[in-house]
Amino acid sequence: MRTINIRAVLTISLFVAFLTIASFWVAGQAPSWLPPQASAESKLYDELFSILSGIGTFILLGITLVLLYAVLFQRAAKYDDGDGPSIEGNTAIEIIWTLVPLGLVIWIATYSYQIYDTMAIRGPVELVHLHNPIEMKSALAVPLDEVKPQLPTEEIDVTAKQWAWVFRYPENVTSTELHLPVDHRIRLALHSDDVLHGFYVPAFRLKQDVIPNKTIDFEFTPIRIGKYRLRDSLYSGTYFAANQADVVVESAEDYDRWLANAAKQTPTPAFNPASAEYNRASEKTLVRGWKSVPPAPPPVVNFAPKQEPSSPPA
Amino acid sequence: MTNAPTEAIDVARQQPYPGAPDNWKRFFTFSTDHKVIGIQYIVTAFVFFLIGGLLSMIMRGELVTPEANLVDRTIYNALFTMHGSIMLFLWTFPVLVGISNYLVPLMIGARDMAFPRLNAVSFWLIPVVGILMLASFLVPGGPSQSGWWAYPPVSLQNPTGNLINGQVLWILAIAISGVSSIMGGVNFVTTIFRMRAPGMTWFRTPAFVWSVLAAQLIQLYGLPALTAGAVMLLLDLTVGTSFFAPERGGNPVLYQHFFWFYSHPAVYVMVLPVFGIFSEVFPVYARKPLFGYRVVAVSSVLITVVSATVWVHHMFASGTPGWMRMLFMFTTMLVAVPTGVKVFAWVATIWGGKLRLNTAMLFAMGGLVNFVFAGITGVMLGSVPIDIHVNNTYFVVAHFHYVIYGAIVFGIYAGLYHWFPKMTGRMYYEGLGKVHFALTLAGTWLCFLPMHFSGLMGMPRRVSSYDPEFALWNVLASLGGFLLGMSTLPFILNMVSSWIQGEKAPNNPWKAIGLEWLTTSPPPVENFEEIPTVISPPYGYGRNEPLIENQSEAVPADGVTT
Repeated sequence: MRTINIRAVLTISLFVAFLTIASFWVAGQAPSWLPPQASAESKLYDELFSILSGIGTFILLGITLVLLYAVLFQRAAKYDDGDGPSIEGNTAIEIIWTLVPLGLVIWIATYSYQIYDTMAIRGPVELVHLHNPIEMKSALAVPLDEVKPQLPTEEIDVTAKQWAWVFRYPENVTSTELHLPVDHRIRLALHSDDVLHGFYVPAFRLKQDVIPNKTIDFEFTPIRIGKYRLRDSLYSGTYFAANQADVVVESAEDYDRWLANAAKQTPTPAFNPASAEYNRASEKTLVRGWKSVPPAPPPVVNFAPKQEPSSPPA
Repeated sequence: MTNAPTEAIDVARQQPYPGAPDNWKRFFTFSTDHKVIGIQYIVTAFVFFLIGGLLSMIMRGELVTPEANLVDRTIYNALFTMHGSIMLFLWTFPVLVGISNYLVPLMIGARDMAFPRLNAVSFWLIPVVGILMLASFLVPGGPSQSGWWAYPPVSLQNPTGNLINGQVLWILAIAISGVSSIMGGVNFVTTIFRMRAPGMTWFRTPAFVWSVLAAQLIQLYGLPALTAGAVMLLLDLTVGTSFFAPERGGNPVLYQHFFWFYSHPAVYVMVLPVFGIFSEVFPVYARKPLFGYRVVAVSSVLITVVSATVWVHHMFASGTPGWMRMLFMFTTMLVAVPTGVKVFAWVATIWGGKLRLNTAMLFAMGGLVNFVFAGITGVMLGSVPIDIHVNNTYFVVAHFHYVIYGAIVFGIYAGLYHWFPKMTGRMYYEGLGKVHFALTLAGTWLCFLPMHFSGLMGMPRRVSSYDPEFALWNVLASLGGFLLGMSTLPFILNMVSSWIQGEKAPNNPWKAIGLEWLTTSPPPVENFEEIPTVISPPYGYGRNEPLIENQSEAVPADGVTT
């Protein structure tokens, strides 16, 4: 008996050690599956994702290897049509495998909450302004700002529509490219002109649905200079896939220069992939596809790029 | 005991049965036999599985290259809308209702469902749903293009201006499907509560029956919400009410609550019967009792309860207040506990057994591994910070398809192979079955694993074109998708040829324990010559005890035993 127990303990220890090493390896790989960390929030995100990937690897690999072992070594012999041992359960083991997952999900939920709290993407309700003043009075009772504004906050108005993004800066400078100063807290006010859209910049790990008749304030801090892609994340109709924009994160000086320069330009129509494609489609004589909601006319803005978004991969 | 011949019952009921059991024409009649209806459901659903699969292969064809160049964007958008709608409402739901319909009365020792005519009506609404869905390809403006969620305001935009448009047909189809499912739910719940054979206490009821009960209870509490939401959407669309239309003062987010209040638990409506299939298949082919049977049975009902309180996790990015995000994060993750208990119980059932790797067992084990993977990404998606990055990306598509294809379709295949001899009286070809399994497993991982990576990189779902950085993952996924399409061919070949000319099946080819294996293959119209009296729990492998009174052998291989 004793020798068997020692062998079992050794085997299980080796198995767990192997799983642990594999899990740490996957956890180390996990951040490389994600876009660059361009916002303060993304670092926290990647840490959480990495830990969850590690735990997940442990569970998936553990179960798969146990099943694989059974498939390889516990098959019935060719002419053996007898039954296996009549084991109907084991209360101790069942209690353990109920309590351990329970503890694990409570821990994951708590940890996720802490990360969420640190990210300080403040719950949008505190910040949702409804055009209809009857609703959501209680929102005002919530203390508005727990985030210490160490850096000046830049406030930008974002309008999503079928299918364009328009950014309005203080003093009415408009653009179809989102320019942001690095290391500044950014506060966006999100509006939609028509349907639901989703404001999503993968490199920032942030996403917020844009809801018609509401203004949603949305905050984050870009920390890495570069050009990133803004995508519409909530399906918004025919040209949904083409509803993208560039996000340029630049130094405060470059940003100010860009803003001053844009302010001097007279508004012109920007290139809009959706309307360009729509017009091409209607020129075709062959009927292709079905009737679409016509795109809004190309936005007329101060800073009006004449080509498609060109941000580099991820 | 006297054996009451079935003909006598016929006379007593003064009601002719539509066709003898060996008459194929009965499948095209308004039969009230739950076994005929079960097969009607399964075969009809499988036809729509092929149609839905064809649509997805056109989508995967479009996504081989980053540009939108194979089909017009409106067509692509209609394709993913109809793919999702057909696969859910015309394949997964009906095929599982079909399997449940066939098995539940046999497993509980009943002669039929509680309401046989209602059962037939439930089935015959499915072709109506199918015709409405397919007809929407022919109306001006084409089918609905708002995704299977039909979120307003997109679903309220009607560029053709016609009253009869794809979206209206879609809503009608969903409403009729809902009515069919509610009728089915009433029928199943009543049958399971009232018609179990004498001696079949709750803890002698097979885990599959428990899981069907748990699933059908969700239909009863959840579907009314979806149906109400669908009616309001229909009114907004046709007569201009303003429940959800923002330009008229409506609230589009309200619709999302109606939709997900049902449509998240709906995933459990689909996965619970598959859990039931796993719980039946593993003991048979591992030759061991289901480990912790009572806990497995009760955890189905726990899943039903918890699943009613998780729907807001679909709306973490929808302007949901922080406290709701936290609450629903916790409830969502809580689902992992009863499902985890089941997973461990299945592994413990398999462990130390005498494994027989028949096709059914292979599909069930593959489905179990896929489900564990899906569960892990599910907990990740439940975590609010993770979800905010990956929701509405291909990561969700990948997670969902690991559940729906990796676990549910695998489980359906496992069930169809396992009970094929019972349903048809014929054996299937193991070799073809194993080819089918290998292709399906390879196709599933090749198609859906890469989607996790494109999703993590930020590729939104439902896009008809994408940026070149995602190309590699999409090419792989498309190859996997085409492989999955091919994988159905050996299955069809196997099922059709086996049914026509397969080896005759004995009553109990797998030496399984269960009431359905004590009757003939296929069972007679009235299922049992005499209603059995159950005297043991359902998974007595290795104990050599009879399941019912007056049973000649503990595990009869063939011959009539009652």
